[in-house]
Amino acid sequence: MDTAYQEPMNLLLSGVGGQGVILASFLLSQVALEAGYDIKQSEVHGMAQRGGSVVSHLRFGHKVYAPLFTPGQADLLLSFEPLEALRYLHWLKKDGLLVYNTVRVNPSTVSSGAAEYPEGVEERIGRSFGRVVGLNAVAIAAQAGTARAANLVLLGAASPSLPFSREMWDAVLKRELASNVLEVNLKAFQLGRAAVEG
Amino acid sequence: MRSVMSGNEAIARGIWEAGVKVAAAYPGTPSTEILENVSTYPDVYSEWSVNEKVALEVAIGASSTGARAVAAMKLVGLNAAADPLFNSSWIGVRGGLVVISADDPGRHSSQTEQDNKNYARFAMIPALEPSDSQECKDFLMLGLELSEELNCPVLMRTTTRTSHSKGLVELGERHEPDREIGIEKDLKYSLLPAFTRNRPKEMYERLARIRRRVETLPINRMEMGDTEVGIVACGAAYQYAREAFPGASFLKVGSPYPLPVKMAANFRSRVKTLIVVEESDAFLEEQLILAGIKVDHGQDLLPHWGELDPALVANLLTAAGIPGAAASLLAQPYAAQEGLPVRPPTLCPGCGHRGVFTVLSRLKLWVSGDIGCYTLGAMPPFNAMNSDICMGASISTAHGIQKALGEAAFEKKNRKISVIGDSTFFHSGITGLLNTIWNNGNSVIVILDNRTTGMTGGQDTPGTGKTLMGTVAPALDIAHLCRAMGVSRVEVVDPYDLKAVEVSVTAALDSGQPSVIVAQAPCVLEYKVRMSDAWVVDLEACTACKRCLRVGCTALSLLSPDEKGKQKVEIDPTLCIGCGVCAQMCKFNAIGPKVAEPARA
Repeated sequence: MDTAYQEPMNLLLSGVGGQGVILASFLLSQVALEAGYDIKQSEVHGMAQRGGSVVSHLRFGHKVYAPLFTPGQADLLLSFEPLEALRYLHWLKKDGLLVYNTVRVNPSTVSSGAAEYPEGVEERIGRSFGRVVGLNAVAIAAQAGTARAANLVLLGAASPSLPFSREMWDAVLKRELASNVLEVNLKAFQLGRAAVEG
Repeated sequence: MRSVMSGNEAIARGIWEAGVKVAAAYPGTPSTEILENVSTYPDVYSEWSVNEKVALEVAIGASSTGARAVAAMKLVGLNAAADPLFNSSWIGVRGGLVVISADDPGRHSSQTEQDNKNYARFAMIPALEPSDSQECKDFLMLGLELSEELNCPVLMRTTTRTSHSKGLVELGERHEPDREIGIEKDLKYSLLPAFTRNRPKEMYERLARIRRRVETLPINRMEMGDTEVGIVACGAAYQYAREAFPGASFLKVGSPYPLPVKMAANFRSRVKTLIVVEESDAFLEEQLILAGIKVDHGQDLLPHWGELDPALVANLLTAAGIPGAAASLLAQPYAAQEGLPVRPPTLCPGCGHRGVFTVLSRLKLWVSGDIGCYTLGAMPPFNAMNSDICMGASISTAHGIQKALGEAAFEKKNRKISVIGDSTFFHSGITGLLNTIWNNGNSVIVILDNRTTGMTGGQDTPGTGKTLMGTVAPALDIAHLCRAMGVSRVEVVDPYDLKAVEVSVTAALDSGQPSVIVAQAPCVLEYKVRMSDAWVVDLEACTACKRCLRVGCTALSLLSPDEKGKQKVEIDPTLCIGCGVCAQMCKFNAIGPKVAEPARA
């Protein structure tokens, strides 16, 4: 009998194809590996690059069985877009944490006039849920040098809530990111972290 | 050394480590990354074959020389490859032969779902099903050994979750089997009745050996915990059940066919309640029942199709009074938000398919479609695809419709057209076209030639002039091929020119002759096409008629209502590649390249 079994930590990343969700999930998996955990990661491939929602599950712990978890199980929801935060809010545990980017990306159904972007998304998030960090990751990334590094800003903002040291993050980012974009990404990560640590 | 790998990457690693010489596949989600990753190991010859039947035949040929060989495909690919699968069971193997079927419960990226473990029972060969990335590698390597030991191909079944999920994998070195590779003259390769008199008997004897062998395979094992509840499970379902009932006893099945029934009977005797947790068919459950082993619960409580997950298993079994589920899985503190706009997949901005579907939508034709990105032509705003059945069926079903309608096929209301992509045409559209021509059909067929297999992420085809391993190859010219097959009307059109597409389609339909229209435009995603700087909307000329939105391009979006309450359109400069299709829809010349004055033509 597996008496040592403890439930793993569950991270859900949600966003839109092209926002760097998969890279962020990969970097998180590498830091969890650096910290010595068993990991499982899952995302559905296929149509994401054609403008769909992107969701990635990352789980780490002493022993992880299932590659995915279910609504009500997430310790952390890291969302790259407000609507994609709202869509997956119910995946959080009661005391889970939401970190999200407040910059909208219109679904094609909205830009074509077939649907409307819901009003008051941020208010709805705040009203239905307690532990929330919302930040303009695109503007913060632009301060670091490129708006494209918004995913690193979000990782930085989530990092104080995760059981990984600064040294582990630094080691992984330096190992996994291309040297020509490393500096701007490290800066984006730090600005994201500073934004929540105040 | 350990590495984080997807199941498909781990399978590729196993193919390399096990000394496989030849690996062949046709791309198909969720199997595609297997061969993409094999191609990074130059010791293994790897190829995209034109279809799954061919891929398996290539692997059978390689195996007959004594080399180890693998063929990989998605679930429906094995339907296409069923002929060589069954016959390879009849002939047996020399080098180990593993056939990988990546199934897709829940239809994440497939039209249909089916449980391909059934093929193993039907073909009287073993099926292995891994539960994680490490097992993906280990089972592939074990499968090759079992194939040689038992003289039969081995089926390895994965699912989307095992193929695409990532986990830790222990890496090893490559070991090629120490044996000579060469041609063998043996009557067993000739499936003539005179040579196969004893074969069925031998196959049943082999099946008995397989049944004995699986009882001792370490991939089948009992994991005893609390004996109140015993769960029999394999594949991803094992992981879900393990998590849903952390204290229970488990029979972890690595070879779902044949099930190790002696071990199962032993397990049954040690637990109070026996439950089978499996995805797709009641495949283990039926084998248990056939073996006279009492099953308390299985698919009486769990769904017959779709994906399982830990919470689903925990909740459904708890509702039936099964004790021991993880409490955390039974609670969901927040309700899902209702009525949020979805983000459906769409054709990429600048995609060449858009021009064709804009025209077909306008002409309101009956369209038989096929499998690929262009299946999105069935979605709004086009709604221009009326059937989508299986690879190549766009052409052959249209022929059947014509024959059924007879003279009525020429009436305006019955006008129809077939649409198929280049890779799908090579896969199994060519034979359908040949059949149409031979049998005096008059179908009009649009071949969307984007020089890649787009839907699965851009794999080479016989038309690209390149193979999977990157070597140069002859690039097939589709128009030449169609002419050689006897198609009297073959035209090549630029799908970005709406007028040209419409003229070509209308002329082909009016001609009453079998016609092929090759719409040639390279995939904008695969070939990183950018025709010009982003185009712009002249807001003074724009009348807010929204006609441009009928092209369904995500680079176009509605602005907030102006002072007159009109919603004009803007173009996202980061998405627009300057294809100009939307501008051809505009009757007010409001859209054009970015110049000091917007273009007026």
